[in-house]
Amino acid sequence: MPRSGIEGQGSAEGRSRDPRGEISLLAVPLPAPAGGRIVNRRRFLKDLMTCVVSGGLFGGTLLKGVARASAIEAGKKPLYGFGVQVDKCIGCVRCVAACKNENNVPKEPFFFRTWVERYIIKQDGGTIVEAIGILPHQEAEVITEKNVLRSFNVPKLCNQCAHPPCVQVCPVGATFSTEDGVVLVNNKTCVGCRYCIQACPYGARYLHPETHTADKCTFCYHRIKKGLLPACVEVCPTQARLFGDLKSHASPLTRFKRMNKIHVLKPGLNTEPKVYYSSLDGEVR
Amino acid sequence: MTQKLYELLPQIGGYIYPNEIEIHWGLLIVVYPYVTGIVAGAFILASLVKVFNVKEVEPLYRLSLLTALAFLLVAPLPLLSHLGHPLRSYEMFLTPQTSSAMAMFGFVYAWYLMVVLLVEIWFVYRKDLIIWAEEEKPPMRWIHRALSLFSRDVSEKALEFDAKALKFITIIGIPSAFLLHGYVGFIFGSIKANPWWSSVLMPIVFLFSAIVSGVAIVIFLYMIIIPLLGKTIDMECLDKAASFLFYAVIVDFSLELLDFIHRIYESEESIKILSELVMNKLFLSLVIMQVLLGMLVPLGIMVIIKVFDFKDELRKLLYFVTVILIQIGIFSTRWNVVIGGQMFSKSFRGLTTYKMDITGLEGLLYSLALLILPFVILAILLKILPAWGKSGEEALES
Repeated sequence: MPRSGIEGQGSAEGRSRDPRGEISLLAVPLPAPAGGRIVNRRRFLKDLMTCVVSGGLFGGTLLKGVARASAIEAGKKPLYGFGVQVDKCIGCVRCVAACKNENNVPKEPFFFRTWVERYIIKQDGGTIVEAIGILPHQEAEVITEKNVLRSFNVPKLCNQCAHPPCVQVCPVGATFSTEDGVVLVNNKTCVGCRYCIQACPYGARYLHPETHTADKCTFCYHRIKKGLLPACVEVCPTQARLFGDLKSHASPLTRFKRMNKIHVLKPGLNTEPKVYYSSLDGEVR
Repeated sequence: MTQKLYELLPQIGGYIYPNEIEIHWGLLIVVYPYVTGIVAGAFILASLVKVFNVKEVEPLYRLSLLTALAFLLVAPLPLLSHLGHPLRSYEMFLTPQTSSAMAMFGFVYAWYLMVVLLVEIWFVYRKDLIIWAEEEKPPMRWIHRALSLFSRDVSEKALEFDAKALKFITIIGIPSAFLLHGYVGFIFGSIKANPWWSSVLMPIVFLFSAIVSGVAIVIFLYMIIIPLLGKTIDMECLDKAASFLFYAVIVDFSLELLDFIHRIYESEESIKILSELVMNKLFLSLVIMQVLLGMLVPLGIMVIIKVFDFKDELRKLLYFVTVILIQIGIFSTRWNVVIGGQMFSKSFRGLTTYKMDITGLEGLLYSLALLILPFVILAILLKILPAWGKSGEEALES
């Protein structure tokens, strides 16, 4: 019996390449091992026919269902989103460092794909905001302000808007929205006019000093397409940053959206961000 | 470049997003709307003669067309010089993003240059070019013959057609000039992320300030070139042109005032930071240069000229001062829009600062060169296509 072929189909490699192959393998029952149980050729052929016909019917019926399910699955492209749990951010800025390392962001303190803002709200109503740890190897200063009413840290990144003003204004279409909801920049066609930087309400874009093209957070697109998490999410020690598929019920992001009151930045501009904040303070812009 | 940004760090007031330290659109982008505005304004002045039959300003007709052309030829240079990848700029023509206002620049520009300005100038000069080519010796003869596109028909019928064509092109030209500069205003006015820019009035304000700057520069050039040619300034023409300038300044001033009052009255989220911007960073360039020197003083002077009966020489002097002040004012307007719009953080919590370079593409010297270049081009154009004298003399006398 050609067992080896069937085993090959069911190998880990085959599974990861084609999830449908894995399911069909389960659906078609394996023929019973031959050996000494077969007394004669007629019996063998009869058994084989029964097996093939019943197995085919059973498997075929199942496969039909599987095929339908797969078609739905295939049509359901992911829509990536990002969650920020403001209350969990401790301002360690590991995310900022990880992002800079992962994405070749210049180390100088003027170029950021992500950063963390610290808000100090004082009792007299005054607000002090600073981007913490933006200088390399700089540790966040200890708060020396008196009469602090509340204080919190807010990670910021590209909001991957559903209506991105940056994409609207790009004269050559170098910046674009992918089907999975991420806004990317093609640095082979970007002319470096910086109109997108002007149009971004969140200050999330900068001009890369080496490529002279616009650059911004991509949700670490090269990582997420391999099933990995964005670098900033990966290193966050408190899970203040969450990433996932907005369409998937099982994604941590969906759970996050279900369990929290959600807010986005500058909702009045109708950009429809896909970075969702929980416990966001009204002071944050 | 990053060294320069380190120097700016201590000058930041309040909180700005960390990517906002760099002012992305510098002096070059100030020069761009200034130059384009002059194109539109000079063309509108020219159209006064052809469409609205204002005979008094006839001596300015050819000069204003050539001024528009000289400045239009320079208009794309600051934009190109500013790009991170100028060699990729052709992509805007090949694969334009239709939703982008900026992508339309190439088309608006090409339309204005090829369809409006060059065609109008050709029809204006066609008869003269033929006559000059016959009278002259090479090489001017060849140049004029080539420029006339080798046409030789100066019959009544042909000239009648020229006049009709001119009227038609000017009528197309007026909305085109509005489009050209209104569009530049739209580039800024449509950015909802920036409350200093985002205003529906922006294209209209740009348009009227364009008319102001265009008319003023043509008057300025007329007052310089005519004495240099040993001719006398036509005071009737000057008074009429100055009168148009006066009305244009009033409309421009009213629109800017309306925008100002509207902002203060609505008092939106951004009002605090914008007030700080105006009172600190832009006080000199906005309150003093743009409003006081560039608008109120010229308006005052023009009112005085209208009320009192000054002698020609004094009037000339006052007009000359006025048009120079207006140029300073309009350049400050462009500065305040472009640079001012980037000096406050979109977090509305802080102000950054702009430090102008002296050398380099973004530097003062290069921008000065770009501002001088149209005058050099105009001098060459006037050499090849005289605005007065020869058969252009009739225009001067009429």
